[in-house]
Amino acid sequence: MTNNSEAFSGERLKQSHFHPRLAELNIRDSWSSWNGYKFANYYYDAEYEYFCVRNTCATYDICPMQKYVIKGVDAEAMLNRMITRDISKMRQNRVTYVVWCTDEGRMVDDGTIFKLASDEFMLTCGSPCSAWLEKSAFGFGDVSITDKSDEIAALALQGPTSCTVLRKMGFTEIETTKPFNIKHFPFHGDTLMISRTGFTGDLGYELWVKPELAIDLWDELYAAGANYGIHPFGETATNMARIEAGFIMPGFEFNEALKTVHFEHDQTPFELNLGWLVDFKKKHFNGRSALLQEQKKGPKYTLTKLDIEGSKPAEGAYVYSNKRCSREIGYVTSAMWSPSVKANIALAMIKTEHLSGELWTEIYYEKELRQYSKVARCTIKDKPFWTPARARLTPPLEN
Amino acid sequence: MKNYDAIVIGAGHNGLTNAAYLAKAGLDVVVVEKNDYIGGAAVSRELHEGWIYSNCSYVCSMMRQSLHRDLDLSRHGLLLIPYLGTVNFADDGRTLVSYHDAEAAYLELKRHSAHDADSMSRFQADLARYSHLIRKTLLRTPPDPASFRPRDIFELLFLAKQFWALGEKELYEYVRFFTMSAAEFLDDYFEHDLISAAMASPGIIGTALGVYSPGSSYVLLHHAMGDVDGTIGAWGLARGGMGAISNAIASALTEKGGEIRTNAGVEQILVKDGKAAGVVLEDGEEIYSRIVVSNLDAKRTFTKIMDKDDLPDGIYEKARNFKIRGSSGKVNIALSGLPKFTGVPDNPYINRGGQNFTGSLETMERAYDCWKRGQWSDDPFIESVIPSVWDPTVAPPGQHWMSNFIQYCPAELSSGPWTPEKRDQFGQTVVDKIERYSPGFRDLIVHMEVRTPHEIENEVGLTEGNIFQGELTIDQLLFNRPFPGYSQYRMPVKNMYMCGSSTHPGGGVSSACGANAAREILIDLKRTNTVPEDDCYDE
Repeated sequence: MTNNSEAFSGERLKQSHFHPRLAELNIRDSWSSWNGYKFANYYYDAEYEYFCVRNTCATYDICPMQKYVIKGVDAEAMLNRMITRDISKMRQNRVTYVVWCTDEGRMVDDGTIFKLASDEFMLTCGSPCSAWLEKSAFGFGDVSITDKSDEIAALALQGPTSCTVLRKMGFTEIETTKPFNIKHFPFHGDTLMISRTGFTGDLGYELWVKPELAIDLWDELYAAGANYGIHPFGETATNMARIEAGFIMPGFEFNEALKTVHFEHDQTPFELNLGWLVDFKKKHFNGRSALLQEQKKGPKYTLTKLDIEGSKPAEGAYVYSNKRCSREIGYVTSAMWSPSVKANIALAMIKTEHLSGELWTEIYYEKELRQYSKVARCTIKDKPFWTPARARLTPPLEN
Repeated sequence: MKNYDAIVIGAGHNGLTNAAYLAKAGLDVVVVEKNDYIGGAAVSRELHEGWIYSNCSYVCSMMRQSLHRDLDLSRHGLLLIPYLGTVNFADDGRTLVSYHDAEAAYLELKRHSAHDADSMSRFQADLARYSHLIRKTLLRTPPDPASFRPRDIFELLFLAKQFWALGEKELYEYVRFFTMSAAEFLDDYFEHDLISAAMASPGIIGTALGVYSPGSSYVLLHHAMGDVDGTIGAWGLARGGMGAISNAIASALTEKGGEIRTNAGVEQILVKDGKAAGVVLEDGEEIYSRIVVSNLDAKRTFTKIMDKDDLPDGIYEKARNFKIRGSSGKVNIALSGLPKFTGVPDNPYINRGGQNFTGSLETMERAYDCWKRGQWSDDPFIESVIPSVWDPTVAPPGQHWMSNFIQYCPAELSSGPWTPEKRDQFGQTVVDKIERYSPGFRDLIVHMEVRTPHEIENEVGLTEGNIFQGELTIDQLLFNRPFPGYSQYRMPVKNMYMCGSSTHPGGGVSSACGANAAREILIDLKRTNTVPEDDCYDE
């Protein structure tokens, strides 16, 4: 919390509810920020933390994520009008991944909706969206929107030993929780909500508790996880894990529509390969007619998963339809060498008409201050690069 | 009776890799293995309930990334995790931590010697230059310098080009480097005893050389040229133990239609009309094939499972004199808790890395003196790793297993043959030494497996328990490996090949020998090559 008497108090970053523990473990003092919160790039070593996600388990502070509670008889109708997916059949204690668009069908943001009761939902997303929510609630009678971002402490626990650690903490039958399901457990006289969700493509959970219990949650989790390789992970490792999982990120795969200056420099769900989230069978929703039109003529670009020759990440590279690289057909949005998959992977926006042809990219890399470039062939992958069975199984496989 | 396209003898990682690439080319291939389990020296074994030992090789850095990727070993269950934070222990209790973070590493060196801290960057640059060159040769067949075949000339030119690219000064240095001792090489960089010792220790691992023996500097390079995800010099652990590597390759092999038969030790390679024609198993069963590939070491192949009369003159003698001396032991220990070490901060990252009980160059040389006299070292060099702090699958939660690699331990003792009693005494020497640095260590021991060269030879099949399948000295490297004139995986008997670490590029869990041999076999059979190129050329 900030101290008002201090000259720079207005400029200092907020601290997460877990900050005392995060700061202690941030050996390298490597901080960035997210939604005004101090946020770790990494704590000790980004690669080490990445491997905790894939090999043991690791925690990711999601306090800075935006959390809105939408309540009231019309909450469901309001959300259904805003988002492209149909949540009318969603059961209580389920989570679903959603996107919402402008009238032009361009993506404002993506997030998850938690159905907490028949008339109560929680929407989480990366960027603040109060204004859009309020705008979307216009005309709906009984809806209240509360920004709970600062009032819920949330921590993602991801990785193969995550289920075992939660069981060790005493959350019996956590292993019966299916992906995208929610369970509630009594915790220090209050409730701890656990959802089987995450942003790593691996087995994992997200834990939600009131801020006063944040440190207790952390300490008990880390005590239970001590023999299971628990470790915090920051932004760098998160980004690695989510690329392997094929998950999109604002600022990489899409430019939030409301922040976009240049014409069509934002994206539609179809372009992001998220057509499956658009439900034309439900009642009218934001962007419906534009999206219907786009579905008919097909998206201009399509987000594609690429496996690229060689081991140099194709960061910021163009994609071409020929080896001579004379015909540009797209651009790489995220790229990395994947230590788990052992492949040079990338997400790229490629002009849809060219998807069936050859794909080449020209990769620039540096070697002792000199720039080199190489042309590499790309192959399209349909499935996520990293998709372990344990992430889908209930109960998940031990370790 | 079924006639296979190829029989591969020995289901070690190179044999499995070789078979996988032959199967990928559509050949009907079977791997025969004497043990009831596969993996050879890249193996995970549950010798005490709940503990999975990598009871031979224990860390990995040479695995060719392009083979891992091409065989899709990740999908077949392989995850390689780089490990960090090795601590080197001097005899007097001083410690040197190898921090992963460059600034931390510099400050730690400077704590001991400002000179050496500065020198380290030059040392690493020189080693990286040498590594870059040698890495480019790993997935290539060595050229025969006496041949005028276009391919050999092309490969010789390739090599020459790499050497010329070093520049004149470095070219001389490199040639000199190959014949130097690790200690001499390091003299040019370091003055501090513990730093020199820590840097020299990779020069003796697995070899019957001392830190002052000519040739040990190459052994040092051999241990430093590998990588994990492109970080040269890094070492990793295989999740589930080293057997996970062999199991993943085996899974890729069977998916491609290859067969593996365990409990199928080979008595003899069948030779008919001067050509390999199959194998006779120990139980008398005969299996026939177009070609036979031996993943056994050169000495064992030619002196144990081949008839001397089937070999051209001189080969038997070459094999008999092949340098493959046993010099290492391995002690695998199940622990009820994590041992604590004196002289290191209570830092979970460094205490969880490896422990090198290095001592000094002198300690290591004295240990070598024992070996020369046919004794195990009473104060040995030990390289330890505790994989269970990284890998949740190899020991019960909160309990651990520690891999201890010991240099030196002779294959033949001056006091007569190895006995179980002597083996256990050797094990106690190791425990005694660790106890000096970790009081209370002994009380944590739940189970212990002690392996001298005697056990390694008998169980794994490596002659004298030599981990490299033959010394890595210049007379047995590149186009001299295993013998001059036979470095291209084709052996003196037609239709017979070798694919193990006795061939180029030598020891280590690299899969390169197996893959290179497969490429040569496919050339001979006029099949399309299935072996990918290395991905190190633009490093």
